[in-house]
Amino acid sequence: MTERNQTEKNSDKSTAARRNFIGAVAAAGGLAAIAPGIHLVQVSQANTPPRPAGEAASKAVRWGMLIDTTKCSSGCNDCVTACATENGINETVKDARQGSQWIRKIDIKEVKTGRSHSLPMMCQHCANPPCVDVCPTGASMKRADGIVLVDRHICIGCRYCMMACPYKARSFVHQPLTDQNPEVPRGQGCVESCTFCVHRIDKGQQPACVETCTKAGHNAMLFGDLNDPNSEIARRVAQVTTTQVRADLKLDLGVRYQGI
Amino acid sequence: MLRTFRLAVCALSAVTALVSTGAVAGESRVPKPAITIENPGKCVAPVDEMRRNHMDMLKHTRDKTLREGVRGMKTSLNGCIECHASKKTGSVLGNENFCQSCHSYAAVSLDCWSCHQPKANFKATGALPAGHDSPTGNASTAGAKQ
Repeated sequence: MTERNQTEKNSDKSTAARRNFIGAVAAAGGLAAIAPGIHLVQVSQANTPPRPAGEAASKAVRWGMLIDTTKCSSGCNDCVTACATENGINETVKDARQGSQWIRKIDIKEVKTGRSHSLPMMCQHCANPPCVDVCPTGASMKRADGIVLVDRHICIGCRYCMMACPYKARSFVHQPLTDQNPEVPRGQGCVESCTFCVHRIDKGQQPACVETCTKAGHNAMLFGDLNDPNSEIARRVAQVTTTQVRADLKLDLGVRYQGI
Repeated sequence: MLRTFRLAVCALSAVTALVSTGAVAGESRVPKPAITIENPGKCVAPVDEMRRNHMDMLKHTRDKTLREGVRGMKTSLNGCIECHASKKTGSVLGNENFCQSCHSYAAVSLDCWSCHQPKANFKATGALPAGHDSPTGNASTAGAKQ
């Protein structure tokens, strides 16, 4: 019996060692192909198991995103286009300032040195979200796994949350819509913002922007569970210096930037 | 005699008229909604229960799904659409289609479809939203920390 336990322990160890080895290869090899079209990087990022039907989002999970600004190139809009396609953002607006921006690209430059960066900016999915604090109806809400959402059923469109958000992450829909994605309801008179593609995450997929960025070979975006020490994102944020935008506000953001 | 005959004819014609409109057969003269029900008999609950309680089921599901993240509930709105969408138009909206015909008849406003997609298997498209042509144009945001 003891022997058997010992053997099991050894086999556990060897499995763990193998996992670590695979992880190391994935990290070092970057794009090592294990089959046509499947890369180790993608395998290591596919760490979001689908939640079984009927099970609520767990408090143990904290979804987060890491954006490597050194790999994000100015002029590339792949993430923005992917977001629009996934979430059915296709309306034409009378005034360009009224267009919905769930994610947008911005270019920043340090004035003294001239060092410039390009990065995507979207809802930062704060742990202490100001939009939720100010919402008069309770429509602005944070799900147990840290995703900040708008409950359109009770949103009255007052736009107070848009004023409160330090990241200009929210948009208001000004006109009637008809061509929504069945999984992403959105309509006139409500405020909306990035949902981390909550309908995809619940199925075990990555957000559309991250998937597209990885597929296009940019690898500037990484998504995963910040609370899981074995996830790729948790390992990365433990290894490299990452920044929360406006960290002085102490909002504890789910989105972190590397290289700014 | 002639008078009696005339009365009899009048009475007979009145009865004929009543029979032809169905009033005598016990049917109401109130029109019914014209609904085409696709896939009858396969609903998640008996018809009587669905007629009376579908709004509560949908409201309960919407709160569980959006606020708690529970997926795959059998009373989801998308589940209704997939089954009940018209085979002609692919939609649950339209004068003879599942949701709208009954709601128009009962004069109950139907707000779901100002946000939800009424067509089954609809594939949304996307376009680069306005103001995204030049990313440099948006530099004056909170993200410009330096």
